[in-house]
Amino acid sequence: MSNSKFSRRGVLKTGMVASAGLALPQYLRADAHAGFTNAPGDSEVILGFNVPQTGPYADEGADELRAYELAVEHLNGGGDGGMLGTFSSKALDGTGILGREVKYVTGDTQTKSDAARASARSMIEKDGAIMITGGSSSGVAVAVQALCQEAGVIFMAGLTHSNDTTGKDKRANGFRHFFNSYMSGAALAPVLAANYGTDRKAYHLTADYNWGYTTEEAVKSSTEAMGWETVNAVKTPLTQTDFSSYIAPVLNSGADVLVLNHYGGNMVNSLTNAVQFGLREAQANGKNFEIVVPLYSRLMARGAGANVAGIFGSTNWHWSLQDAGSQAFTRSFGTKYGFPPSQAAHTTYVQTLLYADAVTRAGSFNPCAVAEALEDFEFDGLGNGPTLYRGADHQCFKDVLVVKGKENPENEFDLLEIVEVTPVEQVTYAPDHPQFAGGALGTCNPGA
Amino acid sequence: MDQFILQILNGLDKGSAYALIALGLTLIFGTLGVVNFAHGALFMLGAFVAVTMSKLLTLSHKVVDETRTDFLGNPLQVEVPYIYDWFGQATGDVIIDWAVPISIIAAIPVMIAIGFIMERGLIKHFYKRPHADQILVTFGLAIVIQEIVKYLYGANPIPTPAPSAFVGSFDFGVALGFDPNAIIYPYWRLVYFFFSIGIIAAVFAFLQFTTFGMVVRAGMADRETVGLLGIDIDKRFTIMFGIAAAVAGLAGVMYAPINSPNYHMGMDFLVLSFVVVVVGGMGSLPGAVAAGFLLGILESFASMSAVIDFLPGINQIIIYLVAIIILLTRPRGLMGRKGVMEE
Amino acid sequence: MLGLEKKDLRLLLIVIGLTMLAPFILNPFPEGSEMAQFNAGYPDLMQRFVIFGIFAIGFNILFGLTGYLSFGHAAFLGVGSYAAVWMFKLLSMNVLPAIILSVIIAGLFSLLIGFISLRRSGIYFSILTLAFAQMSFALAYSVLTPITGGETGLQLALDDPRIFGAAQTATGNIPVPALFGLEMRASYELALGNWLFTFNAGYYLAALFLILSFYLAIRIFRSPFGMMLRAIKSNQTRMSYTGLNSRPYTLAAFVISGMYAGLAGGLMASMDPLAGAERMQWTASGEVVLMTILGGAGTLIGPVLGAGMIKYFENIFSKINDTILHGWFAFLPDGLENFVVAIIHPFIGKGWHLTLGLVFMLVVIFLPGGLVQGGQKIAAMFRRKQPEDAKSKATEPAE
Repeated sequence: MSNSKFSRRGVLKTGMVASAGLALPQYLRADAHAGFTNAPGDSEVILGFNVPQTGPYADEGADELRAYELAVEHLNGGGDGGMLGTFSSKALDGTGILGREVKYVTGDTQTKSDAARASARSMIEKDGAIMITGGSSSGVAVAVQALCQEAGVIFMAGLTHSNDTTGKDKRANGFRHFFNSYMSGAALAPVLAANYGTDRKAYHLTADYNWGYTTEEAVKSSTEAMGWETVNAVKTPLTQTDFSSYIAPVLNSGADVLVLNHYGGNMVNSLTNAVQFGLREAQANGKNFEIVVPLYSRLMARGAGANVAGIFGSTNWHWSLQDAGSQAFTRSFGTKYGFPPSQAAHTTYVQTLLYADAVTRAGSFNPCAVAEALEDFEFDGLGNGPTLYRGADHQCFKDVLVVKGKENPENEFDLLEIVEVTPVEQVTYAPDHPQFAGGALGTCNPGA
Repeated sequence: MDQFILQILNGLDKGSAYALIALGLTLIFGTLGVVNFAHGALFMLGAFVAVTMSKLLTLSHKVVDETRTDFLGNPLQVEVPYIYDWFGQATGDVIIDWAVPISIIAAIPVMIAIGFIMERGLIKHFYKRPHADQILVTFGLAIVIQEIVKYLYGANPIPTPAPSAFVGSFDFGVALGFDPNAIIYPYWRLVYFFFSIGIIAAVFAFLQFTTFGMVVRAGMADRETVGLLGIDIDKRFTIMFGIAAAVAGLAGVMYAPINSPNYHMGMDFLVLSFVVVVVGGMGSLPGAVAAGFLLGILESFASMSAVIDFLPGINQIIIYLVAIIILLTRPRGLMGRKGVMEE
Repeated sequence: MLGLEKKDLRLLLIVIGLTMLAPFILNPFPEGSEMAQFNAGYPDLMQRFVIFGIFAIGFNILFGLTGYLSFGHAAFLGVGSYAAVWMFKLLSMNVLPAIILSVIIAGLFSLLIGFISLRRSGIYFSILTLAFAQMSFALAYSVLTPITGGETGLQLALDDPRIFGAAQTATGNIPVPALFGLEMRASYELALGNWLFTFNAGYYLAALFLILSFYLAIRIFRSPFGMMLRAIKSNQTRMSYTGLNSRPYTLAAFVISGMYAGLAGGLMASMDPLAGAERMQWTASGEVVLMTILGGAGTLIGPVLGAGMIKYFENIFSKINDTILHGWFAFLPDGLENFVVAIIHPFIGKGWHLTLGLVFMLVVIFLPGGLVQGGQKIAAMFRRKQPEDAKSKATEPAE
């Protein structure tokens, strides 16, 4: 029995279709001589875009998919080239990847680890995808990352913010461009201290799962380092929709800041509830009561409507950034779809470009060669200033945006304003930082 | 002490939402004997009546403002609601602000119509079919309704605020002699509470004091005998289905400002409302209402941080734990009737 | 033969034939053709077909025979997969001990929950099982994170303290589940002309378990025990008047079906060593209910068909996107092409839920006995029988 493990139909489709219809069992060893899973044929290469298309994050997934389609168009030389023109590496020239036309398959993660892995496996086993990317939650990212490690393909994470993705659950085949909980805390704390003072008492409401835990820890430790005190931290169930019973006691708890370690639907609901309770207008300890949302998503902020006004948070990227890369991306995305891209769209677009660039620089699709090209790669012009893809944990280090909900948004996309661009030095940490302890990258797996 | 009063208040409010949804469900499920997995979808449709109303009221035409530019550098197209053209900006803003209360008026006929169509077109044919078939068909219907809403409105929550007159909280603490801010409650949630009580009272009064209600109650108890008396019970059951849909829809409309509606909010409530109905006891309207309030209050208590510190995770499971305890100690829930859905 | 009647033996042989030849049957379209999108003969989906088939067969032993509708069966599948992954982490990467332990753990868990829940019947029983499963899910997702991995699921790590077998492979990777050295993901690929067929080790192991499960289910259906369970369904009150305590029988059925779920969970972890809490959510429990009803509750083959249908929609329809649609209809004139794509667009890709919902409704409206009845109708048509005949057959549970 052969040990081809993961099939590679891509080749068969393009290269071997011509084999005559002889009823002879053919022993497929193409991967053996290529040396890695799903080695592409000579004319095309297949990428797998695995995003939530059903469930609460479906709109985010749809935006990711738009960005992927745009990236593929640019890689194949279509459109206005977007960030290809501003990217510091000039290896990509709009002729696909290593001369092969970029094709893609799509799948639905349903924001469930099982479904996401099923979808990723079908892309690898059935469609011959050489790289998997996407996702809109850390649970899914970690699950798919582990699968890609096992299968021997590269995983370029989409929107995943938990420390664990490049912390205790990091994998040699997985790479993350998006920022993480630690960076949110490190970027937010100085801004919060500058705006609200160093003598503050914080009350945390935390989503009761891994991402919530790492975010609470990050924000807690960096605000406490600024002199804040944490009065209480209460875990809320993932499935909670009405947060009134968690928010009602906040005002009388002695706290004067409420930190909502919630994302997506949880964030929309808890923030809406908090504003209903009048927390934004309230006074406590002789100060104005404040609300903080560590991770902002513009798409989700829309669900909270006017409630976000004046509330601080952090974000990976925002379309109103003025650098050439961001402008180029916003322009080509906006021209194609008629509205500005979200941070999820940005990170997935950039990840696709980074992957293509790494393959081109490495001169090979072999995951180990690609990983080597990505490790400790320094680049610029992709929207977040000079960036380092650190080899020790496969995390990107770049500037982080601290944003605030706009008081008078002009339209439904203009919800956040950038308060500060926190420089990369301030959010950099050692690979063995306690918040990222445990787990090991291991070695890269080319599969086959 | 103030913490307890606060959470009881909270629980009453949560409970009124549960009770209202469970009331509609039990009208169908506990009395017509139909397992209606689409009930959550009716609740969601109600909330989207409010969303649609506020969209209709802000229906706009575009005016190009040459002085400003959009994000791509083109001249900005400012959207001007038609309602400004008709009533002027000031009046227009007030009307838009009151979109949710206005949509109550629209929701009643819309939801009754949806209920009628559902019952006549689909559910009617499933009264005599096994519960398994009812589950499959109503679950399929719920998915279809959800997906249509998702197709039209997207997957993200849509903010549907209450009129600005109801923003902010009422301070019960001061009234009861506690510190300021100890017991606060948002005005809109108080409105929701009294609204729910009103609807619940109206449904009970309708069943208790009208001839129609009397016949329906008789039909629930013994459908065949009532049929033998020459009364067209089927027609009345259709009307009951319409009423149940309207109750679910109204619960949804009023809930829209509390949590921004999204297409899957019905599924989120579905399981919970089944638990409430069954804990209340099959076939008992007062049971459903009582169970709604009971579970709401206990859920609120379980979310107090002192309780969570003592029993980590209790806030995750309290409703199910209480359901198990009640069903094990009282075989038919709080007030269930014998023989309803026991096979 | 094998203690089976002729009719049952034929059914068993059909199942054996279908599962063994599945790589051919599920890949009817040549590679590279537009229709290849509908091929389901790749390892992951084939594994899922048989694993969920086992899950549904087990569920049907409880629901189809006794009429007790458990709305929390996914909890047993979840517990089974956690047990299997822990076995991989602590003992060895061999799948057999993992599968055995997952069946045992799921059996014990279902004994506990069944013992409590079976004190009630009807809807009260359903809600009790639902409550237990939802509690398991909520706790596994949150406070039990150290044991279950929480949101990210329980997975293998490079430093697992495995007693038998190395923590890492020679190349520094996590070893993969195997049956005495035969890796579950190992595949043999056969290319016949433009067709490519994949024979996957994991699939055949799972298929073997499916056949065993199916055989056991036939034996249970035909045994005096099965008769007893059916009697409980038709009239429990009368049974109790005869002085018979039905509880031990229903409990036995509950535990057996829980063990089936545990087997499915163990197999799932063996094919793909990660166990997530979502496996225990009520939607997962609801899914197996839908599979069983869709296929035909109380029939032997129905649940397997229902499971296959739902998994097919989930994995195949969700992957069709507009680009693929345009590829299919490229032969049409441009305007017409866009029109056709626009019509189909809501039903594929992100709209696969809509299609599934419509299928549920259509099946239950037009085929009250589920897919099995549809099959019988077609079979009757071929046999040129009178339609009335088919109808009268359909009212009886088709086995």
